[in-house]
Amino acid sequence: MVIETHGLSKQYRQTFAVRDLELAVPEGSISAFLGPNGSGKTTTIRMLLGLARPSAGDGRVLGETISDEVASVKIRQRTGYVGEDKRLYGYMTVAQILSFVRSVYPGWNHDREHALLKRFDLPLDRKCKKLSKGMRTKLALVLALCRGADLLIFDEPSEGLDPEAAEQLLEAVVQAAADGVTVFFSTHQIAEVERVADRVFIMNRGRLVFESALEEIRESYRRIHFAFPGRAPVQEMNVDGILSLRAEDHTLSLVIKGNVESIKQRGQALGAISIDVQPIGLREVFLESLAEDPP
Amino acid sequence: MDPAFFKVNPASGIPIYLQLMDRFRHAVESCLLAPGEQLPGIRTLAQQLVISPNTVVKAYTELDREGVIELRHGAGAFVLDQERHRDRIKEVRAAKNLVRTAVEKLRKQGFANDEIRRFVDAELNLEAEEIRSGH
Repeated sequence: MVIETHGLSKQYRQTFAVRDLELAVPEGSISAFLGPNGSGKTTTIRMLLGLARPSAGDGRVLGETISDEVASVKIRQRTGYVGEDKRLYGYMTVAQILSFVRSVYPGWNHDREHALLKRFDLPLDRKCKKLSKGMRTKLALVLALCRGADLLIFDEPSEGLDPEAAEQLLEAVVQAAADGVTVFFSTHQIAEVERVADRVFIMNRGRLVFESALEEIRESYRRIHFAFPGRAPVQEMNVDGILSLRAEDHTLSLVIKGNVESIKQRGQALGAISIDVQPIGLREVFLESLAEDPP
Repeated sequence: MDPAFFKVNPASGIPIYLQLMDRFRHAVESCLLAPGEQLPGIRTLAQQLVISPNTVVKAYTELDREGVIELRHGAGAFVLDQERHRDRIKEVRAAKNLVRTAVEKLRKQGFANDEIRRFVDAELNLEAEEIRSGH
């Protein structure tokens, strides 16, 4: 595992920003980190990078302990990070900052730099402080993607990017993963996650409330609608694999994982007059996992 | 090959690697990809479709195991030239003709597409249930 945490927590006075987090991000994967604002994503990322100290628990990133100040320097050396605050030297031009960062990292990927600069269309002569928000993000992404990192951590990278640039970012992420780089990014763009991610982690109120491979969601998660001649038999519908259940007069709507056939059969046995099975997208999984109150 | 041919739908409820495998099997069976021909590189295809390269790897590995393609170390993926493929191509063609004839017949009798689809589904479901209950 490239990222691994155990019982990782961050407490500010009485409130937990992150609570008992168990994360496991496999090497070479593209993993997405979802959750509403304030659910603990940024705090988690800051702890992973050694930028915030855990109140309890610990973790390892690229084999280094995150709470160890010396080890966390190694983490930051090998990780390309783009956060909310793009720290760029305002007095430098785009070209100057590129040549500065290029000189620091021996593994700098020149081909990728040329390709990305062309795609992102960045004004090389402009000073960083004069860059728009989207351009700052693009520049920060170029710096992170080209430095030859083993791990990329992006905190809402597509925020402020126009649709074209967001698409180019996804392509760059896929390209990095094809080179064996592990990518871990937080985002609100569920459709993007659905396209490129291997794994998804969903946070709510500081806790990890859902985790799955995307292919597993496609394979085993379904919504089943039943219609009954009489009142929907809610109590009798107690079969393994039902994640949520909503009843309304004659109809019963379930979100299930695996076990489709036995749940359909139970419905039939209970006298259902119509059974409709549909695939369920990440958006629905996301909303369902937020609907359950964490303990 | 036109990457549009391999276009996948991430929200269809079918794992992407299975969708890719289907596309490739179809391409081989309909001779869009000839025996011995090289498949797109993992990196190239992942970038063209903007999907995770791990998904492409999974699809190629499974196709290699099924004997549809061969992964040559370091060289890429190639369509296997096998007798049974040629037989399979003939079988697939015959099967398609059979279905076409049946559908045409039912249409002449006035059945609509949805109804015909339901017949086929019912038949397939019935079969699945018989297997499950051990008949």
